[in-house]
Amino acid sequence: MEAIESKVGEPTDESVLVDAARKGDIGAFESLVKRYDRNVFRIAQHITQNREDAEDVVQDAFLKAYQNLGQFQGQSKFYTWLVRIAVNEALMRLRRRRPERMVSLDEDVKTEEDSMPREIADWTPNPEQQYTQGELKDILSRTIQGLPASFRTVFVLRDVEGLSTEETADALGLSIPAVKSRLLRARLQLRERLNKYFKKKRDGDGTQ
Amino acid sequence: MTCSEFLKELTDYLDGVIDDRTKKELDEHLLWCHNCYVVCNTTKRTIEIYRGSELYELPDDLRTKLRTAIVAKCQEQKPKS
Repeated sequence: MEAIESKVGEPTDESVLVDAARKGDIGAFESLVKRYDRNVFRIAQHITQNREDAEDVVQDAFLKAYQNLGQFQGQSKFYTWLVRIAVNEALMRLRRRRPERMVSLDEDVKTEEDSMPREIADWTPNPEQQYTQGELKDILSRTIQGLPASFRTVFVLRDVEGLSTEETADALGLSIPAVKSRLLRARLQLRERLNKYFKKKRDGDGTQ
Repeated sequence: MTCSEFLKELTDYLDGVIDDRTKKELDEHLLWCHNCYVVCNTTKRTIEIYRGSELYELPDDLRTKLRTAIVAKCQEQKPKS
């Protein structure tokens, strides 16, 4: 959400920067890089789960965007178009690293059963405060790693980056129902996995 | 409304993009179904925790390094028309 809000009210109109960059104005393109590099890095690392790959994705995605600005029609936002390029680069790197596993946005993993809540437990009021910032990041990172790539991708675009369902569908080339279905399952699976860290302690059973 | 019907609507409910009639049915279900209430609440917290986590932030030094590399590569070529 924050990322989207911070874009509102930027001093220079984005279409002006895109037009200038298209004509070869590197300074204008650098402004676009500054505007979105953090977002692209976050998305890339969520998908690849690898820091070096995420760095490569940032470089390659911006370079590809620069080279192909002539094809950008302006029907979607520049950011959505850039995200599409970055997601494709990230998935390509993930496939290279894990050739044994099919990595595709089209995968519709198992059935609805995989997301049905199994453990239902109240969480402590501020569960994240039980852990140091480092511990919490480690928990969140390990938890999201366990999700299929297609779920992780939809979750990071919708819930971390704050893209709308329509923008996410546009960036990923998926239908709106497909985005909604993956988002629901991603959210429920993450919730289930976080239970073991965040649920209220019960007297005597020693669990957290 | 059954619990699985509730779950199907959970994403739209949490995103606040749901028609008034369905929202009313979901609110009523939550009044008496403790399990769905807990699932709804903890799912909401899951989203909030990830959103506020600053997971995978780009450090300033790496940011500068990447931007310098991108600009250098862009200078070697012009956009295709």
